[in-house]
Amino acid sequence: MLAQRKPGILNRFYLIEIVRGLWITLRNFLFHEKVTLQFPEQRRDYSPRYRGQHYIKTVNEVENCTACMLCPTVCPAECIHIVAGEREDKEKYPIKFEIDILRCCFCGMCEEACPKDAIKLSNIYEMSQEHREVYTKDFLLEQRGNKK
Amino acid sequence: MTPEISFMLIKVAIVLTGLLAVVPIMLFVERRGSALIQNRLGPNRMGPFGMFQAACDVLKFIFKEDSTPTHVNKFYYTIAPWLVVIPAFMTFAVIPFAGSLSMDGNHFNFQVANLDVGVLYCFAIASLGVYGIIMAGWASNNKYSLLGSLRSSAQMISYELTLGLSIVGLMMIFQSVRLGDIAAAQGETLFTVAGFNVPKWGIFIQPVGFLLFLISVFAETNRLPFDLPEGESELIAGYHLEYGSMKFALFMMGEFINMSVASALIATLFFGGWQLLPGLAWVVQQVANITQVDVLLVTVLFQGVSFVIKVAFFMWFFVWVRWTLPRFRFDQLMNLGWKVLFPLGLVNLFVTGILIYKGVL
Repeated sequence: MLAQRKPGILNRFYLIEIVRGLWITLRNFLFHEKVTLQFPEQRRDYSPRYRGQHYIKTVNEVENCTACMLCPTVCPAECIHIVAGEREDKEKYPIKFEIDILRCCFCGMCEEACPKDAIKLSNIYEMSQEHREVYTKDFLLEQRGNKK
Repeated sequence: MTPEISFMLIKVAIVLTGLLAVVPIMLFVERRGSALIQNRLGPNRMGPFGMFQAACDVLKFIFKEDSTPTHVNKFYYTIAPWLVVIPAFMTFAVIPFAGSLSMDGNHFNFQVANLDVGVLYCFAIASLGVYGIIMAGWASNNKYSLLGSLRSSAQMISYELTLGLSIVGLMMIFQSVRLGDIAAAQGETLFTVAGFNVPKWGIFIQPVGFLLFLISVFAETNRLPFDLPEGESELIAGYHLEYGSMKFALFMMGEFINMSVASALIATLFFGGWQLLPGLAWVVQQVANITQVDVLLVTVLFQGVSFVIKVAFFMWFFVWVRWTLPRFRFDQLMNLGWKVLFPLGLVNLFVTGILIYKGVL
């Protein structure tokens, strides 16, 4: 059952309520803190767990990745393409490491699956492009992330 | 060219440019004002405080493709925006924006046309504006547009009654319908409180009339809370749904100019028109003393300034109310118009008549 409201005679006249409403909007207009974030100058801080643009962690300018193929296996969007190769010291490494970023759904499962702490998702969220982008190995090796 | 004709042309130029300048200013005020009321910042990138945003908006409107839908009646579709804008401009002709000035045997009247019908002319021309809206809705061949214009016509007819009725009391008191006379008569002192002269402004002698006029003027200009002809949530955009680019901009212009005319009417009828604001008389004296200019000239200048301040306040009030009150439902609108405002107007008239008969007013 709906609650029956019985406004008093003054409330039914509405004018006093309208004046109060006007005062509320004026107060907001003059004094209230504005919530707008002026984007290019101010940026919102996201949590460290935010899943943004990918990168591959390097140690002494050598990538951690050993091309174990766990991340393309676990990737639900099938957007990671790795061609494995052999280094001179018999170490396995990715010759080609590409992420088709248009297909990526930023689930972060590659990051979870990686045993070598190589592929990571950074906090960068400005990823708009004017053409269809495939992240190459050179691009991914830039250490633009904020994760340790 | 005789001085009369050149002075007349100057007045026309002042009014036209003033009204055209109102549009970008109100665009800016509306956008930033609404943003600040909603705790946002609004457009603040173009120029100081985002002031050039309005210019950008106007440029955008000008350079947009002016397309005509294929299903419309071309003639009425094209003519409708003009029928909204032109009456809006015409209405301002009888509004005095400063007092009269006698210099060197010439008499200057700061009013484009001092018609004997005065404020009645305002209402007559303002009600022509509804034809543009009905035409726009009908010619658009779209059910939402038609519904919007139907609502608009019903609303305008209902509220025009109250609009006219609310100022009859004022006409009875000032014994004139000429806006110049009404504005001049409001300079008298009504009573004195503690050395402060309360002027005989319309709001003090006709408070109920003022309220009725204010409410009906909101309905007349199709502004929120009475913007049913547009009704974004249910009618998309109402009568200007099928319009784009400059044709739509003309509707916007018509709305803003109607607002300024309505504000000017409120100021003239109820707030003393060009009468100096309290305290400005002292400023006028000081300025005249310092600059050694004729006091009459300075007075006329400051009268114009007072008028602009009053109008500007009511323009802001229109924006302020828009972001405070939600829209009325159509039956609520009709109830308010016919069952509350109209009888109240009649009672106000009756009481005013009795008071005048008794010699109180």
